[in-house]
Amino acid sequence: MSYANVMAEKANIVRRATGLDFTTYAMGRLAFDYERMMADTGYDVAAARQVQRATAVGDTPLVELKNITRLVRALSEPGRGARIFVKDEAKNPSGSFKDRRASLSVHEAKQRGFPGVAAATSGNYGAAVASQAAKAGLKCIIVQEAFDSTGLAQPEIAEKTRACEAYGAEVLRTSVGPELFYVFLQVLKETSFFNASLYTPYSVRGIETLGHELAQQVKALTGRFPDAVVATHAGGGNVTGTARGLLAAGAVDTKIIAASVDLSGLHMASDHDFNRKSFTTGHTGFSLPFTTNPDRADVPRNAARALRYLERFVTVTQGEVFYATQALAELEGMERGPAGNTSLAAAMALARGMDAEQVLVVQETEYTGAGKHPLAQPNLAKRLGIEILRGHPRGNFPGKRIVIPERPDQMSVADVDLDHVRERYIENALAMLPPGTPLDPVDILFLAAETRLSPATVEEKIHAILGPA
Amino acid sequence: MTINAPAGQWVEIHVIVLPAGKRAPQVPEDTRAVPLELRAKGFLRAAAALGDAVEVSTVAGRTLAGRLAAVNPAYDHGFGEPVAELLSIGPELRKILGSAS
Repeated sequence: MSYANVMAEKANIVRRATGLDFTTYAMGRLAFDYERMMADTGYDVAAARQVQRATAVGDTPLVELKNITRLVRALSEPGRGARIFVKDEAKNPSGSFKDRRASLSVHEAKQRGFPGVAAATSGNYGAAVASQAAKAGLKCIIVQEAFDSTGLAQPEIAEKTRACEAYGAEVLRTSVGPELFYVFLQVLKETSFFNASLYTPYSVRGIETLGHELAQQVKALTGRFPDAVVATHAGGGNVTGTARGLLAAGAVDTKIIAASVDLSGLHMASDHDFNRKSFTTGHTGFSLPFTTNPDRADVPRNAARALRYLERFVTVTQGEVFYATQALAELEGMERGPAGNTSLAAAMALARGMDAEQVLVVQETEYTGAGKHPLAQPNLAKRLGIEILRGHPRGNFPGKRIVIPERPDQMSVADVDLDHVRERYIENALAMLPPGTPLDPVDILFLAAETRLSPATVEEKIHAILGPA
Repeated sequence: MTINAPAGQWVEIHVIVLPAGKRAPQVPEDTRAVPLELRAKGFLRAAAALGDAVEVSTVAGRTLAGRLAAVNPAYDHGFGEPVAELLSIGPELRKILGSAS
């Protein structure tokens, strides 16, 4: 079938492959009932934990990074430098928090009698779905964007290929381009497998256990809920699920901070840029488009809606993440990441601005290994003519120059202007409607919840975008 | 004819999914200029030579068709050489910690 024909069938294929009729949640002209969609999973946090415990997912250690905290305090004003903890999600069966994300989907697929599960993902999520499918006795197909037109595989994705195959999955590897989704839809159509999408309510509900657990662990260890949690931000599920889990645990005052690697200047669908990113996830190439337009996902209504929860959105440089990864290995004895250490790099800068009695949690680690490693990525970068040097991180230039900081006090975060992100979100939401469509009151309330703005401010912003009626 | 792989051999096949010029409208120019390729692995259905049109049985039980691209393909991703720019970070940080305590 042609590209256009398959894409035209998208809604039907996805409805059958998720068992979800997203149209039933529609309200007004552009709104939908997000909380009802989440509730219809039939799981709350306790039920999700029960499913996850059956396959040894979750209950990961919360580790205090005492040496990194000491390092940060040595660079801070007296009385400053928050205690930094990390949730060691690498201890999950396939090595990342993505096991939580895969668990409910695979459980549902098994309960409902699907013959197998499929997912379009080049990351840890593929290994997680494959691992969960292996435990459930289901077949599994993973579709990855894996190599460029010269045949050069991105080493981190090559490792995910190996991991998925180790768990018994069929892996389809494509060259660069968004038509991976076309290949994926064909797979769903042909196999009638369950779409274990990263973005269904099952996926996000599965991550809520992470936020819930860490809130309880921090409370037990320190007597308080975390003052802030920093999460590596890409498609939005990690931020959304963690934030919802914290709220469910009662940690209503914990500040949610998203952190992404700055890849500005590199095009996410470019064959040339594909192997010049040095990061395959946790970067702005995913986080900016998904935050401003979450429903660009492989399901019509994305359950990952980061903008609802973000109090701050920061970026760090590629070099800073490699530096933080090295610090974690050499000061804390934990070889993890590197992409998952994006939030750690941000935390090393953010903690300096916090009081010493405050608690800052880095909410994940991921496994490391051949290909996905701070040696493999800089070595590939050098091979492609990207300069690697020590210097001030402000000299970092994605695709041209990776600057490894010379000193830890050079690490900083750059704030993404959330007000601008909210305006972009509203612009994108309005662009889905035919010009001149009047909004219902429920749409204004929806946009207010989506953007954490008051309904009056949403109306002002709509007026500014559309101009005088 | 040269036979590179007997029936039942674990192999990789290569498929052109969308030729250059038939790519999705939103892709940038450099990507539009090249085909969308796909590589998949499975057990070869019948003996063949590299480049032949073949069928494989995948571990998910499907039959896929394509050109025979590799026989028993290796996992050759690794770590590579030590990276000089990362080597001195640990000693530098330990020195700061040492003078702080």
